[in-house]
Amino acid sequence: MSLPPQLRRVSPTVWELPVSYKDGMLVPARIIATEGLLAGMEAGVFEQAANVACLPGILKYAFCMPDGHWGYGFPIGGVAAMDPASGVISPGGIGFDINCGMRLVLTTLTEEEVRPRLHQLVDLMFARIPTGVGCTGFVRCSRSEFRHVLEKGSRWCLEKGYAWPEDLEMTEEGGCFGGADPDAVSDKAIERGFDQIGTLGSGNHYCEIQVARPENIFDAATARAFGITIPNQVVVMFHCGSRGFGHQVATDYLQSFLRVMATKYGIKLHDRELACAPFRSPEGQAYFAAMKCAVNMGFANRQVILHRLREVFSQVFHRSPEDLGMRMVYDVAHNTAKLEHHTVDGRMKEVLVHRKGATRSFGPGMAGIPECYRETGQPVIIGGSMETGSYLLAGEAGAAATFFTTAHGSGRTMSRHQAKKMVKGQKLLGEMEQRGIYVRTDSWGGLAEEAGFAYKDIDQVTAATEEAGLSRRVVKLVPIGNIKG
Amino acid sequence: MPYKFLDDIATADVAFEAWGDTREELFAAGADALLHTMVHDPEAVERREEMTVTVEDDALDLLLFSFLQELVFLKDARRLLLHPERVRIAENDGRYRLESVLRGERIDRQRHPLVVDVKAATLHRLRVACKSEIWRAVVVLDV
Repeated sequence: MSLPPQLRRVSPTVWELPVSYKDGMLVPARIIATEGLLAGMEAGVFEQAANVACLPGILKYAFCMPDGHWGYGFPIGGVAAMDPASGVISPGGIGFDINCGMRLVLTTLTEEEVRPRLHQLVDLMFARIPTGVGCTGFVRCSRSEFRHVLEKGSRWCLEKGYAWPEDLEMTEEGGCFGGADPDAVSDKAIERGFDQIGTLGSGNHYCEIQVARPENIFDAATARAFGITIPNQVVVMFHCGSRGFGHQVATDYLQSFLRVMATKYGIKLHDRELACAPFRSPEGQAYFAAMKCAVNMGFANRQVILHRLREVFSQVFHRSPEDLGMRMVYDVAHNTAKLEHHTVDGRMKEVLVHRKGATRSFGPGMAGIPECYRETGQPVIIGGSMETGSYLLAGEAGAAATFFTTAHGSGRTMSRHQAKKMVKGQKLLGEMEQRGIYVRTDSWGGLAEEAGFAYKDIDQVTAATEEAGLSRRVVKLVPIGNIKG
Repeated sequence: MPYKFLDDIATADVAFEAWGDTREELFAAGADALLHTMVHDPEAVERREEMTVTVEDDALDLLLFSFLQELVFLKDARRLLLHPERVRIAENDGRYRLESVLRGERIDRQRHPLVVDVKAATLHRLRVACKSEIWRAVVVLDV
């Protein structure tokens, strides 16, 4: 694919589209990538990054991370920081799956101990953690109780016995965004999501048993600080978000912003999917308060899934979750907008950071991360395809260049339809089993869509984030068992 | 099958083009494509329950967006997978009103070969237009 001729190389991993690239750009767009990854990006990535650079109030640059690919509105991997006083908030800069994120959980088990019971373990996970189209959770929660979930996030789970106190500390923002207002949420959103707590969903959402092999450890000291201390240690990683509730919140506000954007606020954009409202406007503040509800639903969802996982492991190994060392490494959100303090033009300033398919990456010594990670930087969890493995990384000081943000996954390179044409789900399942990965799914077609060849090379993506100084690789985790919707 | 899935519009999501001789046929084709995105064999979904969906908008493309969005909502809130049986679109003072009767049933994992959950219809590249007397639409779904 040919790159836009205006694209200029700023450094080995930073590429810039100037404001002259497209009408209406307020700041340049910067793509963080190696030459190899850049060559694989679709033309849509550059167009969408340039469209983001047109949003009122955007500061410094519109960024796209190394796993960037063509999305709707923002590219996936898109990052934009807005001036809260003059800038906008855009649901298209967060995604429909608000607070989609990753959670990583330790065990003290080794691969040798888990292998003999792998099928039993994965089968029980598949039976106990609902997956797939329209799935509902085991938590019986009334519509009025659900409002408390929206206000409290993981704190609600702690009150109900679905969390250990330390889980909250190991979750971004303590598992709860303050200022969530259920009154800003439609009845429809509540109707759609109140019985989905503790469900994975489908698509690229999964729960995976992984191994930290000694040869895959990049930084032994940080690995130890993150709890990876035993050769061939087994960990569990999962990926999901705020389910139908979050999707409805995003949809509701997309429609509401569309109605007022041009008429009331005079904002014209290249793509309606970027519909936005001034952050300080009544509409902007209402969306922010509703989005926080969805963020909290996302945290509660992953927390209840962790509770379920602990039960499953305990049942299979006849030991308590505490005895199995099932502590959280961390939980990161990769579809959010947050008010954070960053240095802009030499001055510390409060900014509204949109991250859509991008992970916060706070470096060593920064406030806002657990005390035990102050020296290492925050854990960053980057999920790969279910075949190739995932990474645990650490936030770096160099991420200041991107409002402390790094990549979130490996990023698709092939459409779902194309992937499905190239491999049948059942065949893929057999091949993976031969390679020692046991998968359970509701959907053969959906499985084929997630084949490893449909994604960018996770090794290249994480190496690029390291080269760019955004996050450093700590350990690569390889899958041995997986459930997906 | 008056729709086809498009490969070159959205890598991570699902895009389709639907068509019909009338607006009503086009909207029904869009609902069919949505069902086919979620279920590999749409005919496995039996027509056991009936639902009526009504949406309004000033623009035809946004009317399609709202219609598909309503079906996505019913998939989660009522667990219903639905075939469009009848679509009526009325125009009054520049405002469109769609009324559709749909038939289907609740999701049954044993009988329905499910593919992928649709999170939302998006506005990305959304287009509804009539050319050479054929109504066509392009829709990107977030999955």
